[in-house]
Amino acid sequence: MDAIIENLPTFLSGFGKTLGLLGLSGSLALVLGVVVAAMRISPVGSLRGFAAFYTEIVRNTPLTLVLFFCAVVLPYLGVRLDYFVFAVAGLTVYTSPFFAEAIRSGVNGVPIGQAEAARSLGFGFGQTLRLIVLPQAIRMVVPPLINVFIALTKNTSVAGGFFVIELFASASVVINVRGDEVIAILLAVAAFYLVVTIPLGLIAGQVEKRVAILR
Amino acid sequence: MSNSVLYDVPGPKARRRSFIISIIGGVVIAAGVAWLIAGLAAPRVSVNGAVSPSLLDPSRWDIFTDVQLWLGVGDGVLATLRMAAVAAVLALTLGVLFCFGRTSDTKWIRIPTSVLLEFFRGIPVLLLMLFTLLVFSTGAYWAGVIGLGIYNGAIIGEALRAGVKSLPKGQRESGLAIGLTPVQTRLKIEFPQAFRQMLPIIIAQLVVLLKDTSLAYVIAYPELLRRVMTYLSNYYGNNYQFSLFVIVLAIYLAMNLSLSWLARVVARRTAGGAKGKRGRKDEPVIDMAKLPDAGMGGGVGPL
Repeated sequence: MDAIIENLPTFLSGFGKTLGLLGLSGSLALVLGVVVAAMRISPVGSLRGFAAFYTEIVRNTPLTLVLFFCAVVLPYLGVRLDYFVFAVAGLTVYTSPFFAEAIRSGVNGVPIGQAEAARSLGFGFGQTLRLIVLPQAIRMVVPPLINVFIALTKNTSVAGGFFVIELFASASVVINVRGDEVIAILLAVAAFYLVVTIPLGLIAGQVEKRVAILR
Repeated sequence: MSNSVLYDVPGPKARRRSFIISIIGGVVIAAGVAWLIAGLAAPRVSVNGAVSPSLLDPSRWDIFTDVQLWLGVGDGVLATLRMAAVAAVLALTLGVLFCFGRTSDTKWIRIPTSVLLEFFRGIPVLLLMLFTLLVFSTGAYWAGVIGLGIYNGAIIGEALRAGVKSLPKGQRESGLAIGLTPVQTRLKIEFPQAFRQMLPIIIAQLVVLLKDTSLAYVIAYPELLRRVMTYLSNYYGNNYQFSLFVIVLAIYLAMNLSLSWLARVVARRTAGGAKGKRGRKDEPVIDMAKLPDAGMGGGVGPL
């Protein structure tokens, strides 16, 4: 137990890095995801094709490879940045298609009859979108979006393998010094992750229950 | 996206406009790709002013004719597949066990299993691997297998549980009525149906598992990425790093895209068959859309 108390500053700074990665790459990926989703449901063929291609390629590339590319191959290609920035970039790129898919499924999940009904009542495009489609789409989208955030929280640990001393890497650092208390240290780090993931999961469940539309 | 809710089927004018935007968009994207290729093709100048050949220079790609290289890559692929296969078997077995425990009538089994499941699903796979590696000193291979097996087993278990829950009540009742024990009913009547229903989700999860084997790179297991980027890269020299990375990426994409394609085919089949609505094209799309983080690895699970 004393290994944890002694090294609490290390864990806390690691946890801070993890939260930083989560916040930065989460919000950037959300923006990128909205753009990709918009391209994917737009009437313009080339944008749709490009977005679909991007989604398929990134979704099928392991995160380790993406971060390896950012942290090892990009410096080799002459890009000089902080490893934290590389990690944020990698996580953003990796997470964005999952956000995009969540958003797209929400928008496409709104029955076409809703928009048709709105149009037959004489609503314009903006009104249809603002009053009918988006309110329904958003409530369907929020729980899966939270799920992606949960997955991202856990995925930030991979950055620990690529020179970012976040929570996972701080565990390795401390274990190198205090090999006698491995179990306690790992459980403490696990607790830090659970502090983020479990409440998010509960929120997702609650939102899902509260906003579910019975059709 | 012909049946998107956002816009009507376009008329001639809108079609022409979208055609024009399409061309402009295509040109912009093509220009971006061309810029990228030009950047790669330019000779590289390092910090101290030394000029090395461009990334597309033949001197960086001539190793592709070397049989030794492909043998090394093959070793990496085999190591990755071996880990994925064993972990998949473990995950399926554990999934069934987790499902049993989670739905047990005895609360001394049910509650601890639920807590354990929440724990396993809430922490990164990497941490599970590190835990196994350090606490049980299993070596990197088994640490990877066990970490992946437990994590994905938890998710498959939850999927199975949802599948069992969605069965009509009569299935269980009839099993009990003809004298099967609850366990026999579960094994012989409920699981086969739940498995069939959840097959697309389970396969999607196995794709995640295959993708996640690359996490074993971090705990120093010589899977595809480490084998190629550390061993082969040391052997052939720094010049080939980019080319080697391209090989790894291509192999991963080929493996994962084909498995994802298989998952989609299975999804279409089972969705059509199980509900007797063969031919409804949108069915599997909706099913898969419900799990947008399927494939994300470290996802919270499809349900």
